[in-house]
Amino acid sequence: MSRLTDLTIAQARDGLDRGDYTSVDLTAAHIAAMAAGRDLNAFVTETPDIALARAAESDERRANGAAKSGMDGIPIGLKDLYCTEGVLTTAGSHILDGFIPPYESTVTRNLQDGGAVMLGKTNMDEFAMGSANVTSYYEPVKNPWSLDDGKDRVPGGSSGGSAASVAGHLAMAAAGSDTGGSIRQPASFTGIVGMKPTYGRCSRWGMVAFASSLDQAGPMTRTVRDAAIMLQSMAGYDKKDSTSVERDLPDFEAAITGNIKGLRVGIPIEYRMEGMPYEIEDLWHRGVDWIREAGAEPVEVSLPHTKYALPTYYIVAPAEASSNLARYDGVRYGLRVDGGDLNEMYANTRGEGFGDEVQRRVLSGTYVLSAGYYDAYYVKAMKLRTLILQEFQKTFEKVDVLLTPTAPSAAFAIGEKMDDPVAMYLNDVFTVPASLAGLPGISVPSGLSEEGLPLGLQMITKPFDEETLFRAAEVLETAAEFKAQPSYLRGRS
Amino acid sequence: MDKATVKNIANLARINVPEEKMDSLASELTNIFGWIEQLNEVDTDNVKPMTSVTEMEAPQRADEVNDGGYADRVLKNAPDHEGAFYTVPKVVD
Repeated sequence: MSRLTDLTIAQARDGLDRGDYTSVDLTAAHIAAMAAGRDLNAFVTETPDIALARAAESDERRANGAAKSGMDGIPIGLKDLYCTEGVLTTAGSHILDGFIPPYESTVTRNLQDGGAVMLGKTNMDEFAMGSANVTSYYEPVKNPWSLDDGKDRVPGGSSGGSAASVAGHLAMAAAGSDTGGSIRQPASFTGIVGMKPTYGRCSRWGMVAFASSLDQAGPMTRTVRDAAIMLQSMAGYDKKDSTSVERDLPDFEAAITGNIKGLRVGIPIEYRMEGMPYEIEDLWHRGVDWIREAGAEPVEVSLPHTKYALPTYYIVAPAEASSNLARYDGVRYGLRVDGGDLNEMYANTRGEGFGDEVQRRVLSGTYVLSAGYYDAYYVKAMKLRTLILQEFQKTFEKVDVLLTPTAPSAAFAIGEKMDDPVAMYLNDVFTVPASLAGLPGISVPSGLSEEGLPLGLQMITKPFDEETLFRAAEVLETAAEFKAQPSYLRGRS
Repeated sequence: MDKATVKNIANLARINVPEEKMDSLASELTNIFGWIEQLNEVDTDNVKPMTSVTEMEAPQRADEVNDGGYADRVLKNAPDHEGAFYTVPKVVD
């Protein structure tokens, strides 16, 4: 038998139903893997006792024929920006030192209500600001994929700990969050599936906020089917989030039929970047061939405002962040650094508590919202956002789904791109447009770079059409036959 | 973006930026905003700024207390408190 940590959610669900093993068996195996994998630094906090208690409860339910969902008994990681009742929640920041929420976020509550087992809280870029998981106060996460050159690779970000935990088989799946690509880009870098649902599909209540008009929770898994099973448990209307959308949840897993005959797949010609390695373009071409062979119809489309999405994002997201992060003032929770008066205490706390990237973004956001600049930057960006949305809407009159690369490169070494913020931002050039338009997107592991690092392809659909997204992505996944394993797994004892 | 501008926004944002970091921060922010300038290529004169990505009406609810009443649990996270109150350095002499 293969290791329990190598199972997918769908396999584990069936095995649990058959009684091949218990959730306590699965959970214990993952707790051991999590401990053995500490070198990856994927977790900020491990919660083995909670995990084993919840696993035992799950086993009891199942023994009584009352398993609650496809996630019942499945051991998962939770990005450390989901507030978890009674468990340290840091958002990767020094300023949240010691913060123990007295409440549970809706998404993690939903997962828990579905029977999922929390293994721990995963490392992340500070306040989800980053594309390499190098801005965490709790130190960088290592990608389970490395080469023979002795350099550790970044796992992408900001959900880097979630990605590494799933790719390294420390967790069977993990909850991430995506503001401009923070689920999809790390999924691409670590060879897993990462899915961002439509804005409004998952409640943001109890998630540490970065940019509220963009933040969305989503699943990070090893297969497309697992992502469908997990999203089913995470999503749903929540009256505590006024942007959560009240509509029925379809059966996402049932949407996976393996059939995309006649599906019109848009290939947006602007999803190219200067200096992008040829192998990414090449993989994209192969993706087009795969979906054509599966009976879909590739259609070249044009989204001319694509290149303006990233600079637009770098007005919108910092502006919202500067407002959201105003709450960290050393008064109600987390770090306090004393000063001569109240203002000095605020400034000292925030100067010491926020890392460099967070400071850059809060300062950028403060600047674009300050008197005299608001129209030139913020209003301009919101107009661009309208144009980008309209362009997608027009395109989706012609096609059902878009196929693009997920990221313009494979994982780079820890320490690279550190002295040029704009070079780091460019990681999200292909994921940000869908974020600005609130569209669902998924990254599917599709091939290896020449060096041997994973590369993903992204699919995007219309709002609330996750069913088509899962259906198309599973066909892509099947065609890609991505079976390569990260070097970390080869080194397991 | 010059040092004076950075000092001003750092003050507005209530972030204490040490003097020795001002120069590098000013040049990083200048680079970022230089790159953002490309948005001026796009004519947006007759475009409505987006207010919401989803077409939905803002939901309404009755203005009534529906949560709370457990100051002790909330105050457990406070760096400093007295009774049911947060404490801060003296504001009024």
